[in-house]
Amino acid sequence: MSRYFTPDHEWIEIEGETGTVGISDYAQSQLGDITFVELAQADTDLSKGDAACVVESVKAASDVYAPVSGKVTQANEGLEDQPELVNGDAQGAGWLFRLAIADAGELESLMDQTAYDAYVAGL
Amino acid sequence: MRYLPLTEQDRAEMLGAIGVASVDDLFVDVPARARLPGLIEGLPLHAGEMAVERHMKGLAAKNLAADSAPFFLGAGAYRHHVPATVDHLIQRGEFLTAYTPYQPEIAQGTLQVLFEFQTQVARLFGTDIANASMYDGSTACWEAIGMAARITRRSRAVLCAGLHPHYVSQIQTMARFTGDTIETRAPTLEAQPDKSGLIDSIDEETSCVVVQYPDTLGRIPDLAAIADAAHENGALLIAVVTEPVALGLLEAPGNLGADIVVGEGQSLGVGLQFGGPYLGLFGCREKFVRQMPGRICGQTVDADGKRGFVLTLSTREQHIRREKATSNICTNSGLCALAFSIHMSLLGGEGLARLARRNHARAQAMVARLGAVSGVTCLNTAYFNEVTLILPADARETVRKLADRKVLGGVSLGRLFPHAPTLHNGLLVTATELTTDADIEALATGLAEVLA
Amino acid sequence: MNAPNPSGWRPSVGSGEPGNTGSSPTVSGDRGLTLEEPLSFEIGDSAKCGVDIEAPEAEPLASISAFLRKDAPQLPGLTEPECIRHYTRLSRQNYGIDLGPFPLGSCTMKHNPRLNEKVARLPGFADVHPLQPQSTVPGALEVIEQLADWLIALTGMHAVAMSPKAGAHGELCGLLAIRAAHDANGETRRIVLVPESAHGTNPATAAFAGYKVESIPATEEGRVDFDALKKRLGPDVAGVMITNPNTCGLFEPEMKAIGDAVHAVGGYVYCDGANFNAIVGKVRPGDLGIDAMHINLHKTFSTPHGGGGPGSGPVVLSEALAPFAPIPFVRRDDNGALRLIEEGETGDAAPLSFGRMTAFHGQMGMFTRALAYILSHGADGLRQVAEDAVLNANYVLRSCEDVLSAPFGNAGPCMHEALFSDTGLAEGFSTLDIAKGLIDEGFHPMTVYFPLVVKGAMLVEPTETESKLGLDRFIASLRSLAERARKGDESLHAAPVYAPRRRLDETQAARKPVLVWREEEG
Repeated sequence: MSRYFTPDHEWIEIEGETGTVGISDYAQSQLGDITFVELAQADTDLSKGDAACVVESVKAASDVYAPVSGKVTQANEGLEDQPELVNGDAQGAGWLFRLAIADAGELESLMDQTAYDAYVAGL
Repeated sequence: MRYLPLTEQDRAEMLGAIGVASVDDLFVDVPARARLPGLIEGLPLHAGEMAVERHMKGLAAKNLAADSAPFFLGAGAYRHHVPATVDHLIQRGEFLTAYTPYQPEIAQGTLQVLFEFQTQVARLFGTDIANASMYDGSTACWEAIGMAARITRRSRAVLCAGLHPHYVSQIQTMARFTGDTIETRAPTLEAQPDKSGLIDSIDEETSCVVVQYPDTLGRIPDLAAIADAAHENGALLIAVVTEPVALGLLEAPGNLGADIVVGEGQSLGVGLQFGGPYLGLFGCREKFVRQMPGRICGQTVDADGKRGFVLTLSTREQHIRREKATSNICTNSGLCALAFSIHMSLLGGEGLARLARRNHARAQAMVARLGAVSGVTCLNTAYFNEVTLILPADARETVRKLADRKVLGGVSLGRLFPHAPTLHNGLLVTATELTTDADIEALATGLAEVLA
Repeated sequence: MNAPNPSGWRPSVGSGEPGNTGSSPTVSGDRGLTLEEPLSFEIGDSAKCGVDIEAPEAEPLASISAFLRKDAPQLPGLTEPECIRHYTRLSRQNYGIDLGPFPLGSCTMKHNPRLNEKVARLPGFADVHPLQPQSTVPGALEVIEQLADWLIALTGMHAVAMSPKAGAHGELCGLLAIRAAHDANGETRRIVLVPESAHGTNPATAAFAGYKVESIPATEEGRVDFDALKKRLGPDVAGVMITNPNTCGLFEPEMKAIGDAVHAVGGYVYCDGANFNAIVGKVRPGDLGIDAMHINLHKTFSTPHGGGGPGSGPVVLSEALAPFAPIPFVRRDDNGALRLIEEGETGDAAPLSFGRMTAFHGQMGMFTRALAYILSHGADGLRQVAEDAVLNANYVLRSCEDVLSAPFGNAGPCMHEALFSDTGLAEGFSTLDIAKGLIDEGFHPMTVYFPLVVKGAMLVEPTETESKLGLDRFIASLRSLAERARKGDESLHAAPVYAPRRRLDETQAARKPVLVWREEEG
């Protein structure tokens, strides 16, 4: 299993053909208390960079973009009643959606954990 | 100038503190050629309170106030008795001179009123929830159509023929720019609204069916049947209520299957005011809350655990979502919502029911007397407080002649539907609790004379 | 702690857990003149009514029996004394201009003259139906005409559309006129450019009118980046929306050049006139090359904000856009009589009108108030309004810039509002703390976190109706708070402690929305 990050603070974890996507712990700390997640629509075809779902705090609504291209297979429906999972466990139970990856080659443009940590440190 | 507290000495001291020689030095960013050297020519100078009041009274005196003539107009704006309490309370400075409650710790008055208002509207409409108001009924109606389009991801709205023509006109204006398809037609002079025609125009592309209840001709549509037909096609039913007093007598649209209910709240507490400001009412199913436009007030607690209220779900709104907002609305009709809410609190549900029955009874008396005028018939078999009379002549001319006799005898269908000549002998007349037997007699006599 | 009274009633003010700092030791939950008030649903009774209604003299028609409501709406009633007390007690939990300065930047909270309230309630204005025969409402049409004439004269524009219901509705009117003008030329332009410092209504309106919005950056001096704007201009741009004076409280000195550049590529200039109060009587927007601008009567011309509305947003239009103005409008016919142009008369009178934006004729109740305000001030008073508003704002700016960072303070004077940022506050202290501290000091806070182009923005708009003494008191409080926040005074995090409520939990409100009262929650 390997995890990649985008400059927009999404992470994607790869398991076979499937990627699980969420926002980074840094991102959730910047957004503050998450109040609502507008779930990704299953069966939607996304190109890398397309808005997939929306994470809302009291004063902000942030689009979450597809880190790579693919078809949405599943959204984390537990967030409907418990959006606070994104705050509590952004890189685990607070995952947002799963994606059937269309082009694994796109992963190469993303950052690994070390590179992302350095990126955040520089912000 | 009585409204400007700074004295010449204050101004001089302040300019000194700022470090400039004159007030014009504060306008240096304005290019010199755009700065007016002196006063705008041709405009009068300031005037005392007495002079302004005299001028305004002179203008007001040129109008025939509803209270000073037998009065039968409706068509989306209704004259009801407004208790003195309402106007007294809305003039309290803490309500009148407050802003949108951005700082909830010192705006609990406005916020609690909005929470009570939302509850009142939801219960009146039979919807799960309601928002904190829109500009008026017509703009609320377009907002509801936009919301239905977002929910259903379709863009074809079917309007009932009895929808207020100003609402239709406003919807058509907006649809021309957004590209939505609007199915609409002028009404025909039938006692019942055309249910089957409306249902037949619902298809699988339809986002919503918009039905006014009671409709512009005073008829009462069968909302439940239309709701079923809409839902079978995956469309929403939007009910439009321009006379909320009717809901003291008639079943709430939400209880008949309407998904979104919008209305004009002017009847309660607000007054006629030549058309504005009025009050847009907006209620819907709870599951649609994130698609609802406008401000919403919600309950929460403060740092001490005390119940309090805040504006909430703001991420739908323009100041956060910008071009992705559910609506561009910012200002709503807060003070009119307060007036509505006070009037509704005074009435209570039972009082509203009694008021509605009184309106309906007055309308029956009106119909009985006017129907006895030679050549005049009443179109409606079922109605609340407003009916369409069929005259033997063009009603526009009749209304003008009645006005010459100081009788405000209703709204001609010719004014509302200028492009539908088959309607031009129609006259909309409304009775409310304010309509006296003497008023009815004056209109009957006037009609008989004018039509003779 | 809130002890129950013998009847079992207790103030419905939440859990009232012991140990809460704000808890009251009183039985009632009230403390002197600090009064709690339950919801009307908790004190009302369906058996009560504050209006005596004559009994209906007839049963409902048999023909409507199928439509009758099964139960009356479940709404409790209040008798008149209970009603007066309920709302009066609630009103005391509100701050208003009548109580003190309300320096919300870009919202323009100025004194509301009471003469205006009085004249708006004259029966000849308040008790007139919008569809009365025109022969019975010449005075109402004259009010619209007189106000329109003033707005045209003050702005130097060609025409004015009176019916928009509020500022954002006015923006919509302007954009629809622009769209209609392009349509009439057979052009399909789909882009509207909006500076990133704009009010959120600007991009929302453009989207609402069917346009695609593109953002234009601001310069370091807080103004529109003209070079970036010029680069983006082209045949696909329908228009630009510029706020002037802008949301940083600064005049856009290149307004005329921006207009010329936009016109050169066939676009139109929309000006957000929310801040017209800073220049009324001093500058005519019509001299700056704009095509449309809304005027918030509830800002510049002081119609009351009423806790969130109603507003009124007439839109002045250039000669190019005037033919597309919405119906209805008032026009003098050849005999000198005023006539309302509406549906059925558009063919000859307004062939290019883009149509109707609202039922009836607009916010008449606001027109009467605004006209009384304008007549009271006159040409000289309105000019003084702008000068005093700008003077007051600069006085606040220069009186506080040594303790609060003023991001554009070195660029020169501001217009009607002074902009500060939270730069320089101690770690962990923010604009929010200053704002909440002001509440404890007895003031309404300024606009916070807007405009977005400044970090931790604080936008102070004193308006011209604040006295020097009132400003000095406000400045003393603001300076004290700034110093406390610079020093890291932890007690500031608790503010407000003297308001009817402490900081409210907005996260809970948004996560589990409770939007209507239900018995089980009461």
